[in-house]
Amino acid sequence: MTISAKIVIAGGFGVGKTTLVGSVSEVPPINTEAWMTEASEGIDDLPPHGEKTTTTVAMDFGRISLDSDLVLYLFGTPGQARFWFLWDDLSRGALGAIVLADTRRLDQSFAAVNYFEHDSTVPFLVAVNLFDGRLWHDLDEVREALALRPGIPLITCDARNPASTAEALRELVRYAMSLA
Amino acid sequence: MPLDSAPGPSARTPRTRSRRIRPYALTGGRTRARHHLLVETLVSVPSYDPALSESLMPESKALYERARAQLSIAELSAMLSIPLGVVRVLISDLATQGAVFVHPTAHAYSHDRGVLERILSGLRELPV
Repeated sequence: MTISAKIVIAGGFGVGKTTLVGSVSEVPPINTEAWMTEASEGIDDLPPHGEKTTTTVAMDFGRISLDSDLVLYLFGTPGQARFWFLWDDLSRGALGAIVLADTRRLDQSFAAVNYFEHDSTVPFLVAVNLFDGRLWHDLDEVREALALRPGIPLITCDARNPASTAEALRELVRYAMSLA
Repeated sequence: MPLDSAPGPSARTPRTRSRRIRPYALTGGRTRARHHLLVETLVSVPSYDPALSESLMPESKALYERARAQLSIAELSAMLSIPLGVVRVLISDLATQGAVFVHPTAHAYSHDRGVLERILSGLRELPV
């Protein structure tokens, strides 16, 4: 018997979700459009020829074998909030979520913060991705800009760096344990 | 028609359409699985039976064969290009027959700090 666990990596387009998953996954992130069919059922106004839809619903996931009988999956959510029903599916049973944010485009992560603050019971934290290794804004300013509730951890990480990603994942697990 | 022309939207339409119809045909109209299958739920084949494999419909057979390597619902879906919802229904059927084993997820142990501690300790030992 092998136990599998899941952490959701959320945040808007271009904030580094795929990079983060890829930095620690033991297999190249699996990009899948397997959710496509279910998305089609829920949305009637998809463009008929799907120019944009295949890219927006596609998502990545990776896996980390933590022990011979313990596997951790990382699932990146689709960026757009209109795919919230997929977020529900992905978040169900997750031990936690990391909302990745880019301070140059914080608005890209508003929807994910809203979702985990109001529409989900999954423990989450916000990680500011340090694209060039430095923080452009004070974390207090970021917290204010995101209107992040006090108590929700706000950390920095470099999604390209496996050690930094692993630390962000540990921070999330510790936070989940503190709530359990 | 020039040889180098990329398939246009009209060439894509049949594929998109067939993918939208197939789930119902494959699952006999059912959209819900009897087992609780999360995207990360692992599935394996406890004792492989070639005769059983031969008796299965193509998609179920493909799932049964792939599950020998112990894979998650999401991996099976991605590798076989079968929509998640269909994978859930077909795997659920295979589980009901006893053909595949559905492993527990950490969610089933959410009352148990031990699993979270093991995950934390595993993350500390990552070769990064």
